[in-house]
Amino acid sequence: MNDGSLHELSAAYALDALDDADRRSFEAHLAGCPRCREDVASFRETAAALARDAEPLAPPEALERRILTAARSERSVLPLRQRWVVPAAGIAAVAAAVAIGLGIWGIRLSDSLDRERSAHARDARVIAILSQSGARQIPTKGGSGLLVVAPTRRAVLVANGLTPAGPGKTYEAWVVDGKIARPAGLFHGGAGSKVVELTEPVGPGATVGVTVEKAGGSKTPTGGMVLRATA
Amino acid sequence: MGPVVQLRKGAESSRELAHLSDEALLALIARDDELALAELYRRLGSLAYGLAFRILRDDALAQDAVQEAFLGVWRAADRFVAERAKPSTWVLTLVHRRAVDLVRREERRRADPLDTESESAGTVSDQAEHVAERDAVRQALRQLPPEQREAIELAYYGGYTQSELAERLGQPLGTIKSRMFTGLSRLRDVLENAEGDPVSRLREPEPG
Repeated sequence: MNDGSLHELSAAYALDALDDADRRSFEAHLAGCPRCREDVASFRETAAALARDAEPLAPPEALERRILTAARSERSVLPLRQRWVVPAAGIAAVAAAVAIGLGIWGIRLSDSLDRERSAHARDARVIAILSQSGARQIPTKGGSGLLVVAPTRRAVLVANGLTPAGPGKTYEAWVVDGKIARPAGLFHGGAGSKVVELTEPVGPGATVGVTVEKAGGSKTPTGGMVLRATA
Repeated sequence: MGPVVQLRKGAESSRELAHLSDEALLALIARDDELALAELYRRLGSLAYGLAFRILRDDALAQDAVQEAFLGVWRAADRFVAERAKPSTWVLTLVHRRAVDLVRREERRRADPLDTESESAGTVSDQAEHVAERDAVRQALRQLPPEQREAIELAYYGGYTQSELAERLGQPLGTIKSRMFTGLSRLRDVLENAEGDPVSRLREPEPG
């Protein structure tokens, strides 16, 4: 598919009129294409205007209670607020949530102009990993987060609400296989979710962990694991 | 409303929430405020259910779509960025996505999606601003070349993918793609300028 026809897919994407395969490839394109993100954002508003053209209908009264009960039970079942763990909705929902986190959903041009090319490439890789069929999601222990491992062993770690690592410190991700811990990426904490593309493949049975290290990272973990998940 | 109030952890009443913007409600929802979720549902539930019902033509499925959408809001409100879109657009996007997923799974397209007159029972009389907005959308749609309007309406209200549309309409896929893109671009331009006089700002349709 050439670039021109990919741009044109922004309309069908906003209308939810792409089949699954086209949608995945368009989302990968979207991560690196500010023009399409701008188009999608404005087309979403247009589509919402179409939504408002449908006659509003009062929903059955019981629906409100069902929604609120379901919402409450999600929080009580998941005391760590592991919002990424959505058993019924699967990987598509996670990818969608991450897309929102990355600002792919509804971004405006002024934002996208500020973004760097390397960030787009990273976003595209993250989306590709998250949207691969057969990708597994493993909730983290010791903190709120999710490890997503694609069949290719490429992996993304989502860490929610880690406190900032502090001055002169950094968070470091590790892939631990047997007795060997390989450094797999540095990141900062802070409010919201951090999406970390791991630089090391994650094989079956390997554990992904996060420690606090001195700025610049360490060769072997020195601190305790603040977050871990076993593939 | 008894059960809703029971869900509330804090002391505020739903009356206080009525003053808040949709954006502020989302910020509260991101902090696990169930009453804020209830308030957002009260504001947008009829729009959401109306859209889902128009696509699905089935009460139970429409309820499922609306429920999933609001639970999606509950799960992801903390990553909603207000500068990037209107909250109502986000909610309606979630509803639409879920509804077309369901309609494709169920293969339930009982009625012609372009027939809008069949489900008027139970229609809520809503605020004047919604009525005005709806009029603007309808007027804008009417100004599109019929084949562009058809592609957009079948996709959006019927849940057809562009490949399905190409087959249904007996047109090459490329033709459907460009009808959708050109039509939606035109609609966007008209609606973005709709504060003035929507019809006079409409571009002339391209020949053919």
